[in-house]
Amino acid sequence: MAEATAGVGSGRRSLPAGWLQDYGVYVGLALLVLVNALFTPNFLSLTSARVQLIQVAPVLLVALGLALVIGTEGIDISVGSIMALAAAVIPLYLGYGFAVALAAALLVGALAGAFNGFLVAFVGVQPIVATLALLVGGRGLALVIANGQLKQVRNETLLALGNGDVLGIPVPILLTAVVALAVGFVVRRSTFGRQVVAIGGNRAAAALGGLPVRRVLLGVYVISGVLAALSGVVTTARLTASDPRAIGDLIELEAITAVVVGGTPLTGGRVRVLATVAGAILMQLIRAALIANNFPDSIARIVQAAIIVAAVLLQRRAS
Amino acid sequence: MAEVLLEAAGVVKRFAGVLALDGVSLQLGGGEVHGLVGENGAGKSTLIKILTGVHQPDEGEVRHLGRPVRFATPLEAQQAGISTIYQEINLVPLLSVARNLFLGHEPLNRLGLIDSARLHRQAREVLGRYGLDIDVTRELRTLGVGTQQMVAIVRALTTGEARVVIMDEPTSALEPREVDTLFRVVDQLRGEGVALLYVSHRLDELYRICQRITVLRDGRMVHTGPIAELPRLKLVATMLGRDLTDVRERGLTQLEGGHVAAAAPVLTAEHLTRLHVLDDVSLTVRPGEVVGLAGLLGAGRSETLRAIAGADPLDAGGVSVGGTRVRGGSTKAAIAAGIALLPEDRKAEGIIPNLSIRDNIVLAALPRLSRAGLVSDRRADELVATFMKRLQIKASGPDQKVGELSGGNQQKVLLARWLCMEPRVLLLDEPTRGIDVGAKAEVQALVDELAEQGLGVVLVSSDLEEVVEGADRVVVLRDGAVSGTVEGDDITEDRVLALLATEGGGRDG
Repeated sequence: MAEATAGVGSGRRSLPAGWLQDYGVYVGLALLVLVNALFTPNFLSLTSARVQLIQVAPVLLVALGLALVIGTEGIDISVGSIMALAAAVIPLYLGYGFAVALAAALLVGALAGAFNGFLVAFVGVQPIVATLALLVGGRGLALVIANGQLKQVRNETLLALGNGDVLGIPVPILLTAVVALAVGFVVRRSTFGRQVVAIGGNRAAAALGGLPVRRVLLGVYVISGVLAALSGVVTTARLTASDPRAIGDLIELEAITAVVVGGTPLTGGRVRVLATVAGAILMQLIRAALIANNFPDSIARIVQAAIIVAAVLLQRRAS
Repeated sequence: MAEVLLEAAGVVKRFAGVLALDGVSLQLGGGEVHGLVGENGAGKSTLIKILTGVHQPDEGEVRHLGRPVRFATPLEAQQAGISTIYQEINLVPLLSVARNLFLGHEPLNRLGLIDSARLHRQAREVLGRYGLDIDVTRELRTLGVGTQQMVAIVRALTTGEARVVIMDEPTSALEPREVDTLFRVVDQLRGEGVALLYVSHRLDELYRICQRITVLRDGRMVHTGPIAELPRLKLVATMLGRDLTDVRERGLTQLEGGHVAAAAPVLTAEHLTRLHVLDDVSLTVRPGEVVGLAGLLGAGRSETLRAIAGADPLDAGGVSVGGTRVRGGSTKAAIAAGIALLPEDRKAEGIIPNLSIRDNIVLAALPRLSRAGLVSDRRADELVATFMKRLQIKASGPDQKVGELSGGNQQKVLLARWLCMEPRVLLLDEPTRGIDVGAKAEVQALVDELAEQGLGVVLVSSDLEEVVEGADRVVVLRDGAVSGTVEGDDITEDRVLALLATEGGGRDG
């Protein structure tokens, strides 16, 4: 196995860079936990772990959908606005019960994703431009639906989604874990997952190979939309309020960061689910650790930026 | 021999313990074109990379003008007057020809801005020096591939005074006319005392322009000397390490021709028409028959294949397989009907370089390997193992990335992708382009074998020899229309050439 990897660079010693690209995010995460275990008080406590994971859950839900989109050499920057749309829809249907409100929110996410996917797959608009339209318009629409207002939500089932426990595990963490496993399963085992990476790896070849390119592209944007909507529901539950103005603002950047830091190339052809999870947690923990050690938020941002640059540099060296 | 400008002396190179070059020596003399041939994996690329500073030799040395040198980077080699021209065009498609020629050292005016007038004048000058008449203000991407390649070559020659020029299969994308232009440039450079190293799989070209030739096999130099002393057959035999009489008996290709074909056609393409591309092209292929499609570049060969495979839409006409009409404009429908297309551009439309051999092979077969949307890994592995063995794909294993394989093995992976679909019609667009002689022979033998097993094969190749030796019937295309058909014993290079060159075709010379 080692030999096979060594042959990759054919001469140029790319073994360390290639290895770091694949496993760097886990090494980084392990180092971070180790250092903080020594220097940050209460870092290793169960309470603290719960808090961090709950906080990362919404970003991670969005990032998992984005990982699929990025796998097709696409991007979806409308996820924050889709969260706002989902949040705006919830209070309208909560009167019919939690299930109806959840279904309505997810349906809105699916429709938004279908809109993105239609533009990308059938009209041929570049993904960043197609989803830019919804990034701008989606939040506007959400504010129209919500009448520009923040609304408290009081449905108990919904609130449990944000703050409840099952078997001692907070529901948002459980939910995110289930979604991560599902996405991982889809990527590894399903026909759809294989088609996603094939299309991202060489779209012309995939088309000549008879793959349903448009349908798969439509599919990944719909999934991204649904997961963004789910993230919107969870966040609304956490906040105990529907706040379409602020919810999911700039979350697309955090999610892209998680995917990139996890080592998934933006050029497509690869989807790394576990690494995306690690990437999201890594970014969350860095911020938390710096703040816990009394660094100002500005420093935390700069450190995060440095990590993004490092991740990108690693990818460049490996390729 | 003239003064030796660049020389490799006893060069040894190992990669991860594998011997890539085993004591290779090569001398490039001024005013000489030196051919370098060998199968893929013979060490040609490694040798070039050592001469140009991409790699360093483990043993032995590179001598420049008689002195030992170590070029640490390709830039150092370039500064020493060694220019390399690769197959791919490394230019900026959106910039003008002139800007591309002088990219990085444009003539500037007093304000430090690009002096367009001077830029265009100088560009015309350098192109004129090589007898090229190209509009220097046009965007590069609007030119044909061949013309782009010429621009790239002129750029390489003018950037730093090139004393040694290394060309790695420069003609693979060129039309015959453009090849002529290139060879004129080569002749001119030779006259100016430049030393040229010319790598090509095309024997015609080697015999046309080279004075000396070096043959590599398995990292060792097996022959070097004046090309006039090495007849064609002997060259091929040396390259392959095979017995000369064997090659003589079987011809230069492994294609046999003369298949016994069934009566009812398996593929019927009728009146294929697409505005400005195809003009009423009809074609039938019987099971067990190899139909050659001949024509100059742009005659509509690839376009015909793509239309049959449903990759391009049609204005009129249609395709039937085994008498059943196939829905047009859908690769999926064509594949379901049993049509398989091996595309012309292996890298751009065929392989998915970052995926494994396994994933590349099963790409089209995914639906039939799946149940309820889930892929059966066991069945995929079986299929992959069967075809890797049958086609003798050389790799470290099914998990190796396809991008790391040689061209020949990549082509075999693509063939495997289609063969596991059990096709009835195989459309082969330049199946042996850019792959080494050994793999070429294997692919040719495979095509023959498949036809014998009853597949209908349509073969497009710029290698006229392949079409003439391999096809049972040759359909000649010109300007998107069928200009003639030759069958059986009438298939000779002369007949095909005559059909290519008659009337409308004569226009291009």
